[in-house]
Amino acid sequence: MQTLINLKDIVKTYQIGTVEVHALRGVDLLIHSNEYISIMGPSGSGKSTLMNIIGCLDTPTSGVYELENELVHTMDDNKLAEVRNSKIGFVFQTFNLLPRATALHNVELPLIYSGISAAKRKAIAEDAIEKVGLTDRMHHRPNELSGGQRQRVAIARALVNNPSLILADEPTGNLDSTTGIEIMAIFDDLHNAGNTIILITHEKIVADHADRIVHILDGHIAEDIQVKNN
Amino acid sequence: MISFIISLRENILIALRALAQNKMRAILTTLGIVIGVLTVVSVASIISGLNTGFASQISALGSNTLYVHKYPWIIKDDFYKYRNRPDITMKDAEYLKEHSRLAEAISAASGTFRDIKYRNNSLTGIGVSGVTMETEIIEGFSIADGRYFTQIEIDHNKASIVIGNEIKEKLFNNKNPLGERIRVGNFSYTVIGVMEKRGSILGHNLDSEVYVPLGTIFKNFGFHRSIRILIKVPSHEMIEPVKDEIHFLMRVSRKLKPQKEDNFSINQQEMLTNMYKQLTNGLYTAAFGIGALSLIVGGIGIMNIMLVSVAERRKEIGIRKALGAKQRVITFQFIIESIIICSVGGIIAILLSFLMSLVIDKVTPFPSNVPIWSVLMGLGFSSFVGLFFGIYPARRAAKLDPIECLRHE
Repeated sequence: MQTLINLKDIVKTYQIGTVEVHALRGVDLLIHSNEYISIMGPSGSGKSTLMNIIGCLDTPTSGVYELENELVHTMDDNKLAEVRNSKIGFVFQTFNLLPRATALHNVELPLIYSGISAAKRKAIAEDAIEKVGLTDRMHHRPNELSGGQRQRVAIARALVNNPSLILADEPTGNLDSTTGIEIMAIFDDLHNAGNTIILITHEKIVADHADRIVHILDGHIAEDIQVKNN
Repeated sequence: MISFIISLRENILIALRALAQNKMRAILTTLGIVIGVLTVVSVASIISGLNTGFASQISALGSNTLYVHKYPWIIKDDFYKYRNRPDITMKDAEYLKEHSRLAEAISAASGTFRDIKYRNNSLTGIGVSGVTMETEIIEGFSIADGRYFTQIEIDHNKASIVIGNEIKEKLFNNKNPLGERIRVGNFSYTVIGVMEKRGSILGHNLDSEVYVPLGTIFKNFGFHRSIRILIKVPSHEMIEPVKDEIHFLMRVSRKLKPQKEDNFSINQQEMLTNMYKQLTNGLYTAAFGIGALSLIVGGIGIMNIMLVSVAERRKEIGIRKALGAKQRVITFQFIIESIIICSVGGIIAILLSFLMSLVIDKVTPFPSNVPIWSVLMGLGFSSFVGLFFGIYPARRAAKLDPIECLRHE
């Protein structure tokens, strides 16, 4: 199996006023391609910080982060943006769609930032929307879509640049349970299609979709269990 | 490059969408820019109109003519300094005529204002000019009907008269005036010619004048009157040499000692043009001052509203950054937005100034047109203000932390 993510002794310390907050106190984590992994932990455990670092939205205070053999922890803001654009597909709890743009335009956004021409962009984005079954709604704006549909748009957006990794932060947190099940089914399908998926959640029922569950507590990995064999 | 064009197009669309969302705010924000550009463009169009008018007004004063007068045309210091100068006399004129080698033609001229009368029609306060043979060449007279004076008429101070085009209309109701006798003051004259239309010069109507031999003026209306001397210069390059020569000859004619100041003035069209230029330059400076000030105030308004816009759209910025927008892409997006707000202001101002120019042209006696350079400059300046005052808010947006932004609701 190919190594996708290699985290070595990741420490993240925030300075809030005069107080130092130790969000991560030395995390080692190895994730391979095509893994389906849940990161669990109560609030304040550091799982959001870990997600931000894995998602290249933040850099660690110390430690080494290798993503597809590239050293991410030394990169500057612009280089990180490039990595996020090409390698990471985000799915957020609150969807984070642009409210004034249509579903299609939202899905096109990552392609705009990788400099793909308008015609090509539209074709790729339509394809991604079709994959999440929203072709008939693609010209609607987020406020004209249900929560589940919004999350599908977000998933289509995460897929559109063919990322190495899909990073989903509480993807069902704002959805009712039925819709949540539908959305999780999409993640299962994506995993079966060969995508690497990291779920950040505090819900056992969501985490159980993954093959491997990592528990974070007080900035440490408390438990790392392979629950299913791939 | 391709990605630059794509992002330019995208950014313009994003900006337009954001502005459409906040139309009222955008318009209020851009008001300062509108005022600034409007000031500059409308002053430019008024001046451009005045220029056309002025050029046609002053063209009757030949640019290759020098005028020797008692007074300078433009008096910058006290008038009384010139009052005690001796009058320009025929003796001066004859001296110049005799000794000038460079001038093409020299003529003396004098004038008075009298009432004129034909049968029961009369006109009051009409300018009566005394002319010579040379005056016809120097002033570029052309005769519509009849003829100009002969040398004999001039030499013998005949009571012949050439009338302006409007005099013919007013006094003779456009009937043929040739050979008719009219009264000028208490003297009777025979009409021998009618001038072509000459227009007016600085508000003075040249078509409402009459012309008689210079000597006749002296004979009928008194010898002790100040005359002026007109000097025709052969070409534009000769203006300065001729002026120097005339200056020298006048001083000799007046027997002025070297340390004495001139007691005459040599005037030329250029003096009026220069004064006019100074005046319009002053207007331009004032307009640019007001324009620049309102553009700066407008620009600060733009900067303020862009900072508000950045704060309001932190979530959007966070999303865009998370999806891979680099700092320069975000910077570019907000700068484009700021430029568009300002350009819209510039365009509104230019439309308004076209409207204003139309109204000025129709309602006031001043001609007015919007010069193309002022339009381009207006657009250029407003875009530049957008760029300049957009940089700071845009840089601030670009440097925001994506995590902070995403957390923002």
